[in-house]
Amino acid sequence: MSKICATSKEKDDSLIGAVMVVGGGIAGMQASLDLAEQGFKVYLVEQKSAIGGHMAQLDKTFPTNDCAMCTISPKLVETGRHPNIQILTDTEVQNVTGQVGAFTVAVERKPRYIDTSICISCGDCAKVCPVIIPDEFNEALSNRHAAYKLYPQAVPNAFAIEKRGIAPCRDACPAHQRAQGYIALIHDGRWEDALRVIKLDNPFPGICGRICNHRCETACNRSQVDEPINIRALKRFVTDKIYSEPRPPVERVEIKSPDHPVAIIGAGPCGLTAAQDIIKAGYPVTVFEAMPVAGGMLRLGVPEFRLPAEIIEREVADIIDLGVDLRLNSPVSNLDDLFAAGFSAVLIAVGAHEGVKLPIPGANLDGVLINTRFLRDVRLNRYERGTDGSIGITDGKPFGPNVLVLGGGNVAIDVARTAVRLGCKVSMACLEDRAAMPAHAWEIQAALDEGIVIYNDRTFEAILGDPDDRVKGVECMSVKSFSFDETGRLNVEKDPDSNHIIPCDTVIFSVGQRAGLAFIPEDAGVGLTGKKTIAINPNTFAATRPGVFAAGDSVSGTSFVIEAVDSGHKAAESILFYLQGEALERPPKPELTVVNLTRQEIDERIRRGELTRQKRIPMPEMAVGERISNFSEVEGGYDDDAAQQEAARCLACGVCSECMSCIFACGVTAIDHDMSSRQEEIQVGAVILAPGYQIYQAELSEEFGFGRYKNVISALQFERLLSASGPTMGHVQRPSDDQAPKKIAFLQCIGSRDQNHDYCSAVCCMYATKEAVIAKEHQPGLDVHIFMMDMRAYSKGYWSYFVRARERYGVQYHRSRVSMIHEDPLTNDLLLQSVDDNGVASEDRFDLVVLSVGMEISESVRSLGRRLGIELDEHGFCHTVAFNPLETTRPGIYAVGPFREPKDIPESVIDGSGAAGAAATRLSPARFSLTVSPEYPPEQDVSGMEPRVGVFVCSCGSNIGGFLDVSAVAEYASGLPYVAHAECNLYTCSQDSIRHIAEQVHEYELNRVVVASCTPLTHQPLFQDSVRMAGLNPYLFEMANIRNQCSWVHSNDNPIATQKAKDLVRAAVARAALLEAQHTVDVPVQHAALIVGGGVAGMTSALALADQGFAVHLVEKDAVLGGNLRNVTALSAGFSGNPELDPAKILADLVLKIEQNSSIHLHLQTQVINNSGFMGNFISILQAANGTRIELQHGATILATGGVEYRGPEYGYGTDERILTQQEFESLLSHPMPEIRSVVMIQCVGPAEEFCSRICCTTALKNAIRLKMINPDAQIVIFYRDIRTYGFKEKLYTEARERGVLFVHYEAENMPQVTSKDGYLVVKGWEPRLGCELEIAPDLVVLSMPVVPRPDVRELATMFKVPTDANGFFFEAHVKLRPVDFASDGVFMAGMAHYPKLIDEAIVQAQAAAARAARILCRETLTAGGRVAVVDASKCTGCLTCVRICPFNVPKIRADLSGVGGIIGAAYMETAICQGCGSCVSECPGRAIQLMHYTDNQMMAKVNALINPISLEVRRS
Amino acid sequence: MNDSLQVVAYCCQHCAYAAADLAGGLRLQYPPALRVVMLPCTGKIDVLLLLKAFEDGADGVMVAG
Repeated sequence: MSKICATSKEKDDSLIGAVMVVGGGIAGMQASLDLAEQGFKVYLVEQKSAIGGHMAQLDKTFPTNDCAMCTISPKLVETGRHPNIQILTDTEVQNVTGQVGAFTVAVERKPRYIDTSICISCGDCAKVCPVIIPDEFNEALSNRHAAYKLYPQAVPNAFAIEKRGIAPCRDACPAHQRAQGYIALIHDGRWEDALRVIKLDNPFPGICGRICNHRCETACNRSQVDEPINIRALKRFVTDKIYSEPRPPVERVEIKSPDHPVAIIGAGPCGLTAAQDIIKAGYPVTVFEAMPVAGGMLRLGVPEFRLPAEIIEREVADIIDLGVDLRLNSPVSNLDDLFAAGFSAVLIAVGAHEGVKLPIPGANLDGVLINTRFLRDVRLNRYERGTDGSIGITDGKPFGPNVLVLGGGNVAIDVARTAVRLGCKVSMACLEDRAAMPAHAWEIQAALDEGIVIYNDRTFEAILGDPDDRVKGVECMSVKSFSFDETGRLNVEKDPDSNHIIPCDTVIFSVGQRAGLAFIPEDAGVGLTGKKTIAINPNTFAATRPGVFAAGDSVSGTSFVIEAVDSGHKAAESILFYLQGEALERPPKPELTVVNLTRQEIDERIRRGELTRQKRIPMPEMAVGERISNFSEVEGGYDDDAAQQEAARCLACGVCSECMSCIFACGVTAIDHDMSSRQEEIQVGAVILAPGYQIYQAELSEEFGFGRYKNVISALQFERLLSASGPTMGHVQRPSDDQAPKKIAFLQCIGSRDQNHDYCSAVCCMYATKEAVIAKEHQPGLDVHIFMMDMRAYSKGYWSYFVRARERYGVQYHRSRVSMIHEDPLTNDLLLQSVDDNGVASEDRFDLVVLSVGMEISESVRSLGRRLGIELDEHGFCHTVAFNPLETTRPGIYAVGPFREPKDIPESVIDGSGAAGAAATRLSPARFSLTVSPEYPPEQDVSGMEPRVGVFVCSCGSNIGGFLDVSAVAEYASGLPYVAHAECNLYTCSQDSIRHIAEQVHEYELNRVVVASCTPLTHQPLFQDSVRMAGLNPYLFEMANIRNQCSWVHSNDNPIATQKAKDLVRAAVARAALLEAQHTVDVPVQHAALIVGGGVAGMTSALALADQGFAVHLVEKDAVLGGNLRNVTALSAGFSGNPELDPAKILADLVLKIEQNSSIHLHLQTQVINNSGFMGNFISILQAANGTRIELQHGATILATGGVEYRGPEYGYGTDERILTQQEFESLLSHPMPEIRSVVMIQCVGPAEEFCSRICCTTALKNAIRLKMINPDAQIVIFYRDIRTYGFKEKLYTEARERGVLFVHYEAENMPQVTSKDGYLVVKGWEPRLGCELEIAPDLVVLSMPVVPRPDVRELATMFKVPTDANGFFFEAHVKLRPVDFASDGVFMAGMAHYPKLIDEAIVQAQAAAARAARILCRETLTAGGRVAVVDASKCTGCLTCVRICPFNVPKIRADLSGVGGIIGAAYMETAICQGCGSCVSECPGRAIQLMHYTDNQMMAKVNALINPISLEVRRS
Repeated sequence: MNDSLQVVAYCCQHCAYAAADLAGGLRLQYPPALRVVMLPCTGKIDVLLLLKAFEDGADGVMVAG
C-alpha cells in the first residue's frame, strides 16, 4: 500500500468518509473502485448474488469486438479484493435518512444460505442439488440448480441458494418435514438421500408414511391445479424401498457428558424422538417402558393391518442402537426414585393408554371392553378363537361374535376393523351424523367396505344385560342435535320417545383416551391440569418441578404421531438447554415466508407449458375380500415409476427444496438453511445509485410473438447464444430444433421509439450490428437482415463499425418497421411482414428472429427511487439537470448509468467515475477516515538461503481429488529437489488451510511456497497474502493450476490427469526454487494537477479538484475562459427561459467560481511547451503570450483542449452569407430575428460523411424547434442520413415533427445539391417516399458541420506523449472500460478533445477525469516496483528499441547513464509507471533488460522442468 | 493426439490464460499434451523462450494472447 495523505482540507468529523454504491454493474464497480482509491470506505450493494450486471452477460463489446468477460473480469476481481470495498450481495436499500455528509441507509440483507466468507466455490452443492430451474443469467435458455453461482467468474466467488421461502407442506407439518426436499430427491431417483432428509426431522418415516394425517397435503399448492401431491405415499415409498434391504448397522454415539444422564418415561414416538436428539448431543439416555415392547401407541394402539410391527421395530432399533438404554416392562412409579438414581433430568412422555368408559348403566357388565385395551391385547396376540365363534382373551373372559363399537373417531374405526379381522360381526354407533364423524372420510369408507354397519345420531342410554350380566344390547335414543358448552360439557337434544335397542353381545367403548399418570405421587411436585394432563410451560415443556419435562400425549391429550415427534424434538432441545445451564425461554425464531402460489402464477406456468394438469397417481390397495380375514397391510405402495411420476407433479414452491443434500456435500460447512433476512443500518456520507436497466419485456408486444414462437428471441438471449460460456457453447442454434439458422432477422426499436417509449435506447443499433457481425464470423454464409428506422451509429468508431458490417460482412440493413410476425407451425420458421422505404409491402421467411429490446427501468428501481424521495420521470428514469448531471434532486445522492438515460458501457463507466469524483469533492475532509490497510509481520530475508519449498496440493473437495490422485501428486512433490514439505489439503483456500500454510512455513522453515490447486487469476492474491502473513515476501510464491487446466479438462482419464498434475507441480517447484523477493519503493507525489483547456470540461475538472484542496494549474490558450460554451445560446435539454439552463449565466457562474478559488492558478493566454516526468511527478513548462515561462511540478494531467466546428467549402459554404453553419445559425437565433420563412438544413457535412459527430442532429433539431417557436410558420426541411437523437434526445425529434419540421432522407449516392439561381439559394434533393426530386428555395441553408479536433492537437499529443485516433481525437486507454484515461498513467482526458459531446456529457467526463486524477493526488506516495522491467545499463547500447516498443512510454534514454563500453546514454525504466508487460525485455537486442519475477532463468527452468522430468533431479545432483 | 506429445502454450494472463481457465469451468476436454505457461503479456514472448521449449523437447509451441 502506498502512504496516504490528508489534503489541505481540514478534517471535519461531521462528515462520514464512506459512500454507498447501489448496484454492482460496470458503473457501480467503477464508482466503487474510484472512491476506494480516493480514500473512502465503500459499501457496494447488489440485489443479485454476484456483481457484474448486464455486461457480464455480454459476449462481445462494440466497436472493438473485445470479449466482454475478458475485459470486465479484472475489474470484478479488483472490486472483490479491494480492502476498502465491502460488497453486500443479496441486499436491498430500504430507505435513506439524514443529509449529505451523514446519511443513514437502512438495508435489508436477504439470506443467501451460503456464507461467502467460508464458501470456496467448489460447486459440490450444485452437483447434488435436485432442483432444476431456468438460468436467468442465460436468459432462460438453459437450466441451473437452486444452489448456483450466477456465472463462472462471479464475484464474490461463492455459491448461493435460491429459496423463495418455505413450501406450504413444510409449514403445515407440525414437525416441519421438508416434503419438497424428499419429493425432489425421489424425482431424481435418490432414495437414500430422500430417506436421509426425512429422518432429519422425523425418526419414524415408515410409520408416518402409513398413518400420518398429512396436513402437508391439505396445504399443498398443487390442489389449485388438480389434486395435492400424495406426499404420504411418497414418504412411504421411500421407506418401502430402503426397508426392503437389510437394516444397515447404526454407529453408536460418543457420550460426551456422562455425568448428566437423562431418563425418559415412555418409549412411544415422543419419548424416542427426544431420546434420539439428546443422545446425539452426547448425553446418556435411559428409556423406561412399562410395556413389553417399544413403540408406544404406534405398536399397541394401531392395528397391524395399518402399521406392520416390523416397520416400527426397525425405526425404533435405529434409535436404540445409537446407545439408548431401553428398559422394557419397567413402569416408573416414582419420580424421586429417578432423581435418586442420578438422572439429571426426566422427560415424561407417556402415551394416552387409558381408554374411557362412559358412566352409563351397564358399563361394567361382562362383555364391555375398552378400545385401547382391546387393540393392545390384539397386537400382543393375547387372543384365541373359541369354537362358538367367540374370541377368548388369554387372561380374560371371551367376547363376540356380535360387536358394537361405541364412538365415531379413527380409533373406533381401527377397533371395528380389528374386530372384523377376528371374525366378528361388527357395528358402530356414534353421536354424530355421517358427515360430522371425527374419523377421516376414507377410514369410514374402508369400514363400510369391510361390512361394518354404522348407526349415526345415537345416544348411549344404557347397556342392557341378560340375567347372567352378559351384554345383550345397547339402548339408544336418536339425536336431533348436540353441542358442547364452554366447559366442554355435552348438551344433546334427543328425539323424544325414540328409545330403541341395538342388539349385540359385546360393547367396545371408543370415546377417547387419556394419559396414564397414576404413577405420579401427589407430592412429586408436578402439577396437573383440569384435563388430567401434566401442566407445563408450553414454550419450554418444563413441568412445575425443576428438571422434569413432559411432552406428547401426556400434556396434549391424544394427538397424531407427527405431533408427538415435534414435541419430542422441542422437549429435547429444552432439556439440552437445561443440562447446559442455559435459559430455557428462547426468543421466537424469525417467521419464515411461506410460499403460497397465486392463481395468476399457476395460470402463467400452465400458459408457458411448464405445468400440465395431471391427477395424482393412485395407490394400489388390497381387495376387501382378501383383506378382512387377516391382518396384512391393506394399502400397497408405489413402484419406482409411479413414485417418480407422482414426485414430478410437485410445483417446487420454495425453489430450493431444502433437501439438505448440499449440507452433506459441503466440505467446509458454508451452508446454513436457517439464515433469515436481517435489517442493517449503514452510515455513509453520500449515496451513488447505479441500479442499471432491465430489458423490455418483449412478450408485451404481442405482434412479434415473443414467448409464443420459440424462434423469436431477445437480443440478450442471442448474446448468450454467441457466448462461448453460454448455453450452446457459442453455437448459434434455433431454440425449436437446435439447428443452425441460415437466415436471421433483427428487429430494431422493440420497446424503444414507440407509442409507450418516447426515448431511444441508444445501444440497440450497435449491439444488433455487433451480434450480426459475430454471428457471421461464427457461421460464414449466414444471411442477416436488420430492420431499422435509423442507424444510430453516433459515437466514437461506431460509424466505421457499421460500414464494415454492411460492406465487409454483408449484413443487410432495411429501413422498415416490421408490423407483424407469423410462425409457420410445421417448420417453426417465421414470416415477417414489412413495408420498405418505397411503400412496397412484402413478406419474408426467416429461421430466427432477434428482437433488439430496449432499456427500461424496473419496478423495483422505481420503488427504490420513491423510497429515497428522488424525482423520477414517467418511465422511472432519474432526470438530472444539465449542469449538475450526476446529482439527483436529493443532494448527496447521485445517479449514474442507464438509470439517468439509456447509455452504453463507456458512458456508464464515465458516469461511475464522475459520481465518485462528485462524492469525493463533497466528502474530501473525511478522506481516509474509515479506510484500513492490512498489517503484516516483518519480512524474513531469505536471500542466499538454500531453497526450502513447501508444496500444498489441493483436492478442492472432489473437483481435483475426484479426477486425479492428489496424494500421489503430493508424494511425488515431496521427492522433488528443494522440496522440504508436501501435503494434501481438502480445500487449500479454506480459512483454516490458509492459517495452516502459515504454520507449516514456520514448522518446516519454508522459504518458498507452491500451491497446486485452481487458477492464480482468482486465488494467487489470497495465497500470497497467507505467505506474507507467515513473514515471507509474497513473490516467493508460485501456483500450479491442476484444476481448471488439468482435472477438469482431463476428467475422463485419472492416470493421465495425475501425470500432468505432477508435471505442472514439478514445473512450479523448478521456478519457485529460483524466485527472489521483490521489494517495492515509495515514490513521493506532487499534489497538484495541470489542466490544459479552459472550456466547460477543463473548468469543471479544475473546480472538482480545487474543491478537494488540491492545487490546480488551469492553462488556457485564449484570453478568456469558456471554450465552445461561449457559442452555445440554448441547451437542447430546454429553452423555456429557465435561468438555471441559460448557458451564458452558467458560464459566468463557472468563471466566477474559478476566479474566486484560491487553489486554482489560472494561466490565460498561455500554452504548455514542454512536459516530462511520470505519474505523480510530472514537470511542465508554460509559456505565456508575452514569452514568460514558468516551470510546474504536478502529479496528474488532464487534457481538455476541446474541438472546433469544421468550416469547409462543402455545399458552397463561404460563397454565400446565407449558407451558415449550425453554430452560426444558433448565434443568429439568440439575436432579434430577421424574418426567416424558410430554412434547409443538411446533416453530415464534410468529414461527418466518414464519422458521426454525435451532436449535430441534436443541435439541428434544437435550432429548428427554436425557429419554430419564434416563427411557427417557418418552413424547415432537414436533409439527413440518419437522425441520431439517442436517449432522451429522441423527444426533440418527436417535437420537431409535431411542429411541422420536414425530414428528407438521403443516401451517399443521392446527396442534396445547393446552388444559387437569380439571387436565390436553391436546394435540390431526392425525396424517396414521394419518389421525386424536390427543389426548395430557402432563405437560409444551415450546414451541420461536425466537431473536429483543434488543428494543434497532434503537436499537443506529441508533447504529452499521448496517442490520437485516425480522426485526430485523443485515443483512450480502452474504449469501453478506460474512457477517460490515456494508456500512460497519470494523464487523463475530458470533453470534446476525446470526441464531440453535449455539454452535460462533457461535464460528466470532466468530473470523471478529476476523480481519476484525485486517485493519484490524494496519496502521499505511490508504490512502485515488483514485477517491473530493470535495465542493466552495462549491456545497453541505447538503441531505442525499448523506447519504441513500450506501449506505455516508460523507457527513456538518460544521458547521465553509461551504456555498454561506457558510451554515454542508456535506457532507464521508471518503476513507478512500468506495467510489467515485458515487451521491452523480449525486444531488447542486447538482452540488457530483465522483467523481475519473470527472469529468463526462472522461465527457462519452468519450461525445462515442465517438459523434461529428469532435468530437476539432474540439476540437484 | 498422441498422449506422449508435449505442447507448450504461452498464454497472456489477461485473456488466453483466462480462456483456458474457462475451458476448465465448462469441462471442455482437450489432449493432455497441452501445458500452459502463464506470461504477464504475450509481449514477453521472445525467440529464446520459443526455442528453449523446442530444445527441451517440446513437440509444439503455441502462443495465445
